[in-house]
Amino acid sequence: MMRYLATVLVCFGMLLLPVTVNSEPLRITIDEGIIEPMPFAVPDFEAENAAADAYATNIARVIAEDLSGTGLFRELPSSAFISQVTDFGAAIQYADWKAINAQALITGAVNVSGDTLNVKFRVYDVFSGAELGNGLQFAGTLNGWRRMAHKVADAVYSRITGEGGYFDSRVVFVSETGPKNDRKKRLAIMDYDGANAQFLTGSEAIVLAPRFSPTGDRVLYTSYESGFPRIYVLDVGGTQNSRALEQQEGTMSFAPRFAPDGQTVVYSLTQGGNTDIYTLNIASGGTTRLTNTPSIETAPSYSPDGSQIVFESDRSGTQQLYTMPASGGEARRISFGQGRYGTPVWSPRGDLVAFTKQNKGRFHIGVMRLDGSEERLLTASFLDEGPTWAPNGRVIMFTRETQGAGGVASLYSVDISGRNLKPVRTPEGGSDPSWSPLQN
Amino acid sequence: MRLITKATILVAALALAACTDPGRFGNGDGSGANGGAGAAGSASDPTSTAYFQQSVGDRVLFAVDQFNISPEYISVLDGQATWLTTNSDYIATIEGHADEQGTSAYNLALSARRANAVREYLISRGVSGNRLQVVSYGKERPIEVCSDEACYTKNRRAVTVLSSALTG
Repeated sequence: MMRYLATVLVCFGMLLLPVTVNSEPLRITIDEGIIEPMPFAVPDFEAENAAADAYATNIARVIAEDLSGTGLFRELPSSAFISQVTDFGAAIQYADWKAINAQALITGAVNVSGDTLNVKFRVYDVFSGAELGNGLQFAGTLNGWRRMAHKVADAVYSRITGEGGYFDSRVVFVSETGPKNDRKKRLAIMDYDGANAQFLTGSEAIVLAPRFSPTGDRVLYTSYESGFPRIYVLDVGGTQNSRALEQQEGTMSFAPRFAPDGQTVVYSLTQGGNTDIYTLNIASGGTTRLTNTPSIETAPSYSPDGSQIVFESDRSGTQQLYTMPASGGEARRISFGQGRYGTPVWSPRGDLVAFTKQNKGRFHIGVMRLDGSEERLLTASFLDEGPTWAPNGRVIMFTRETQGAGGVASLYSVDISGRNLKPVRTPEGGSDPSWSPLQN
Repeated sequence: MRLITKATILVAALALAACTDPGRFGNGDGSGANGGAGAAGSASDPTSTAYFQQSVGDRVLFAVDQFNISPEYISVLDGQATWLTTNSDYIATIEGHADEQGTSAYNLALSARRANAVREYLISRGVSGNRLQVVSYGKERPIEVCSDEACYTKNRRAVTVLSSALTG
C-alpha cells in the first residue's frame, strides 16, 4: 500500500479565494455553461538542484493533465511560449503570455533533499498582470511526487473556480478480465487518474462494489469468499487485512456503504428471498433493520450529514428512488420520471443525488435534486451504471459496459453538466468505482 | 477444512461423481469454468447428478424482472423434489441468476427471489428446507454472452446444484 505523508510546510497566507484585481478576474464559474476552456501555461518547474530535474518536468506535466482533464482548461504548448520561466523568483513578462493568450500562468520550483521533495508554485492572472492568491509550498516524499503535483493542481483549480479540487484522490474499483461467462474480478485501487494502480484482492472469489470510508482508510465491499455474497471491510491504509462483517447463516448481504461517522455501515440483507436495508455497527457488530417490506430495498447511501438515506425500492412495482430518515421510518419517493431508477448516491455537497436510469432499453447516469426535481441525464449507452462522486461533487465516475459477446466494462467520468465524458485509465477492465475523499 | 480424508473424498468423488461444492461459483451450473457435466456419472444412472441435470432438469427460467415459477417448469421442479426425496444423501444449492439488463444490486436481490421461489416450491413438495440453500449471483455468472433476448432468456435462471451431504 502506498504510504504517503505530505505536509504543508510553508503556507504564507493560504488564501484559496481568488483575488480579484481588476474588473475581469480570472475566474471560471462552473455552473455556467463553459463553451471555451480557459487557456493556461505551465512551463517546466525550475529544478533548484540536479536531483530535482526529472521531477521539475514531470510535476508540471501532471498539473497540466489534471487541469486539461477537467475540460475547463486548455493547455498551451511550450512551443508557443515567447518567454521562458527559468527563475521562479524572477518577474513575470506578462506581455509575452498575453501575446499567446495564456489567461493563467503557473510557475514553480522543485528541490530534492534526501527523500524529501519540496514544491513551490505561484499562479498568475495574466490579463490582470497580478498573482492569483499567494505562493504555496508543499513537501513530501519522492515517490509521492504525483500527489504533490495533484495538490498544486487542486490549489490552482480551487483558486480559479472557487470550488474544492479533486485531483489528490484515489479510486477503488473492481478490476476485470476474461469473457462475460468466465469473468475474473478483483479489487484494485489507484490514483483518480489511473496512476499507481494496485490490486487489493485475488480473483478467486467474485468481489463487488467497493466503497471508501469517509476518511479513505477502509473499503467496504461484497465478496463470495464464503460461497455466498457477504459484506467485508478492508483496511487500505495500512494492514490490508479484510474481515467479514456479516455471517448470519442462511442470509446474503451486499451493497454496503459507510455512514459519515465511519462506524456505521448501511447495507442490504437478503433472507428468505426478501431484501431489506439494515445498519451494522462495525465495533459492536450490532445490526438494526431499517426497512421491512416484501419488496426489494437496496443500494442505500447516506446524506453527507448522516441524517437521511437515499435508496432504491421496487415497492411501487418498478425500481424507484426513495429517501428515509437514517433511523428508518417513513420513506418518501423522489423519482417520478419514465423508466427505472437505481443505485442512488448522495452528492458530497448534499444538493444532488446521482443515479442509474433505465429507460427504453438504454442506461443513463443522471442527477436530480433530493426532491426529485431538475432531473438531468448525463450519459446514454447500452449499459451505464453505478455513479460515484468526485470529492467536490462536480464530476461523476461510473461503469460503462459494451454490448455483445465481447462486451467489456470500463470506467468513465463525466462532469455534472454532462460535458467532458471520457474513459478513465485502468490496468484491465474496470467496474464499480468508488471515489475517495481528498487526501490529507 | 473438513473432517474427511483425501482418500474418502476420492472415493466419494468416484462414487457420487461431480460432487459440487456450493462454496465455489460456477460449479455444476454449466456456466463455464467448472460447469462440465462430463464427470457427473452416467446419465442412465437415475441416482447420478448427470441424470438429475439432464433427465430431471436442473433449472427453471424466468420472464424479464419476474420471479414467479411459470407453469411450464412445475413438472421440472416436481421432478427435482421427487429426486431429492429419493436421493436423500444430497443437499442442494439453488443458484439464482439474472440477465445483464439491470443494475448490479437489484439483480442480486431479484435473483435471490428467483432462487427462493424454487426453494419454497421444493419445500412445498416435501423436501426438507435444511437440505436447500440459496445463493444469488445477480448478473455475475451468465452462461450465454450475447446481448439479445436469445441469451437473456437462458441467463434468467435458477439452477439446482447438487452436492453430497458428506461434503456439504
